Amino acid sequence: MFASCADPETLSGLSWLWCYLTTGKHLAFYGAFGTVLLLLAVTAPVALAFGFGGAVAARSRIAPLSWLGRAYIAVVRGVPDIAFFLFFVIALDQGIEWLRHKAKCPDWDQPIRQGSDFVVCAEAKMPLSTSAQWVHEVYGFWLAVFTFALVFGAFAANVLYGAMRAVPQAQIETAEAYGMTRRQVFRRITVPQMWVYALPGLSNLWMVLIKASPLLFLLGVEDIVYWARELGSTKTPQFTAYPHGDWRMWYFLFLLVFYLAFTRISEIVLDRIMLRLSHGQATLGSHKRTGPIGMNKAGPP
Amino acid sequence: MKTLILSTALLALGSGAALAESHMQTVRLGTEGAYPPYNFLNDAGEVDGFEREVGDEICARAELTCEWVTNDWDSIIPNLVSGNYDTIIAGMSITDERDEVIDFTQNYFPPAASAYAAPSEDVDLTGGVVSAQATTIQASHVADSGAALLEFATPDEAVAAVRNGEADAIFADKDFLVPIIEASGGELMFVGDDVPLGDGIGVGLRESDGELRDKLDAAIQSMKDDGSLNELLIKWFGEETQTFE
Amino acid sequence: MSCYDTLMEYGLRSLGYGERLLPRSDFTLCQQVVLIGSGMIWNVYFGVVALLSGFALATALAVGKASRSAWFRKPAQWVIFLFRGSPLFIQFFFAYFLFLSLKGQVPAFDALTSAWLGAAVVLFFNTAAYSGEIFYGALQSVPKGEVEAADAYGLSGWSKFRRVVWPTTLRLAWPAYTNEAIFLFHATTLVFFSGFPASRQQGDALYYASYFADKTFNPFVPYPILAGYFILLTLVVIGVMGLIGRRLNRHLPDAAGARRRGGFRTIFR
Repeated sequence: MFASCADPETLSGLSWLWCYLTTGKHLAFYGAFGTVLLLLAVTAPVALAFGFGGAVAARSRIAPLSWLGRAYIAVVRGVPDIAFFLFFVIALDQGIEWLRHKAKCPDWDQPIRQGSDFVVCAEAKMPLSTSAQWVHEVYGFWLAVFTFALVFGAFAANVLYGAMRAVPQAQIETAEAYGMTRRQVFRRITVPQMWVYALPGLSNLWMVLIKASPLLFLLGVEDIVYWARELGSTKTPQFTAYPHGDWRMWYFLFLLVFYLAFTRISEIVLDRIMLRLSHGQATLGSHKRTGPIGMNKAGPP
Repeated sequence: MKTLILSTALLALGSGAALAESHMQTVRLGTEGAYPPYNFLNDAGEVDGFEREVGDEICARAELTCEWVTNDWDSIIPNLVSGNYDTIIAGMSITDERDEVIDFTQNYFPPAASAYAAPSEDVDLTGGVVSAQATTIQASHVADSGAALLEFATPDEAVAAVRNGEADAIFADKDFLVPIIEASGGELMFVGDDVPLGDGIGVGLRESDGELRDKLDAAIQSMKDDGSLNELLIKWFGEETQTFE
Repeated sequence: MSCYDTLMEYGLRSLGYGERLLPRSDFTLCQQVVLIGSGMIWNVYFGVVALLSGFALATALAVGKASRSAWFRKPAQWVIFLFRGSPLFIQFFFAYFLFLSLKGQVPAFDALTSAWLGAAVVLFFNTAAYSGEIFYGALQSVPKGEVEAADAYGLSGWSKFRRVVWPTTLRLAWPAYTNEAIFLFHATTLVFFSGFPASRQQGDALYYASYFADKTFNPFVPYPILAGYFILLTLVVIGVMGLIGRRLNRHLPDAAGARRRGGFRTIFR
């Protein structure tokens, strides 16, 4: 990286440490923090959208749609996220390729499943195997976003479903008395009003999401935990210019501080938002929210 | 710790210019990146090691454009069969179990010995606690041997368990243990007899990829024939290592 | 070999009874269902132990965090912050290191590095911190009127807390606490996955599911089986917690309505 780092064996003390901490591997480690933050920033709104869809579906008067929404909430919430991540991404990837295969290679005559192999035509590969590595990485990132959003969307749906029901009945009735249609009531009363009820549950979900980010590693994104493990493990002199013992403790300590700081900042920001949202709202104790709490359970069974 | 880890650390191999053929194919080489000296990430974060050199050479000889991808060991086969990369070059021993699901080229590393390492000579290798990396042929062997198997996700953790006394011994590829024992300064030593396991290490491929296998097979054969494979073996594993005849 | 035989051989494999060797070839669906189910014993064990023992500490933490004395408040705040603010995965890692060094000093701590005790201890602290925060929030929103009524009846100190404040707190906290229980059972899958080593191939449901995924090279059978078990477990948790919740609310005139309102109030705080 730096010219002064050309021969690490001659270095000692701080200059050694400086060179050590600026190896390509460490830069990848620092970059992974960006990946994690970006993923969280992208996933949160997408998951919220999934959750909104799920909640609206679960409330629907059309029975099949309502079942679908409820089934989504019940099933995805019922499965531990790790178990879900372990097979879902491969399934999703194969599903996408299968669809592309059907669309792009209609005259393909070989079976797609050959023994344990999953074979689609070259044009259906996602991304194409000739694509540059960064394309593969971006694709992997979006698969991860989708999977995370699907899982956390189920929890968000549960929160929003409860929040929609918590909007005071009197307000709905007043709106109906003014002659609003169901759709108008939903758009003008329920949705704007529900946020204050949903925020505590949603902010808790955000906290859970932050702490789920080590699972990124399962989804094929090289995240901070992957690098911390890799960098911290014992390095023998044969394979590195910077040999060291088992330093995982220090790397994980660093991660611990990162997560604690991140949670704390989130708590402060969310408290501010809550304060603003509940401004003028006469809910009991809404002005002194003390921290996030588990999502309410008033969702569909 | 399972799914595909699309590494940042890759290189499209530059052999292209010299062999500028019109129909060059991009082959994605999957490896673990955590098993020195076979494969590991070097300080720059790139895949390095014996298999990196072998893989690059095979690709050059087979006139393929190759790209390295790292993937977690536990899910390295599911991701191969589902097409996320095309080959596995990750110190994977050829076994009957694996051969049922995927194909292997001929071996590029001779049938290797696995060995026990422990802090002292007098450990009970069949009645004590032996650590190994989960889902390796070594783990199966320990489970069969009667010893209490202690499984870890990475080989490093398995070694650490012996250092901190959780396990009496570790059972792993001998070549993986050699540098660790050398660096330990007498803290760890080989114990018991070496155990030959597997049929050597080969390149893993999907069963439906017969054409690619033939190409790689031919390239490995030519490396065996002109002795360049043996040179690499000696470079990475030392003078005493087994070589091809 | 019939499925019944498989059940006899592997039904308690996760505890070390039955066949010593796991199936090595010719895997049947029955073997997968039985072994993964056998692993569920551990998930249920960890979940139940941590939930029951964590409840006591959670109560103490909630009361401590609400205390006026900094001597009680600060430690409670820190325990809650530390365990709620970091991923469980990292907690397992540090706990394992800590237990190892404790074990080096004092042989009496030997069992701590085994999952059955060590992981249970970590999960205990973890769930106590989360539940403590939930209870604390509920404690803050106990209606003033109830407390004043208790004063009017001449209740004070311990008996006021035990007979008025705490039951109301629990009632308010119950929906959120149910969620915590669900999360806790899900979190038990992390024990062998990234926390403690599996010894003698005795592990939890996820351990066996990944064993089969490795051996059969097909993740699409064992993981959905695991998911199925957990959906069942979650339903049972929701059911049991619902029964207790109904009992907590039994004196209220309109149990359903009160529960809903109560539930929401806890989350507004």
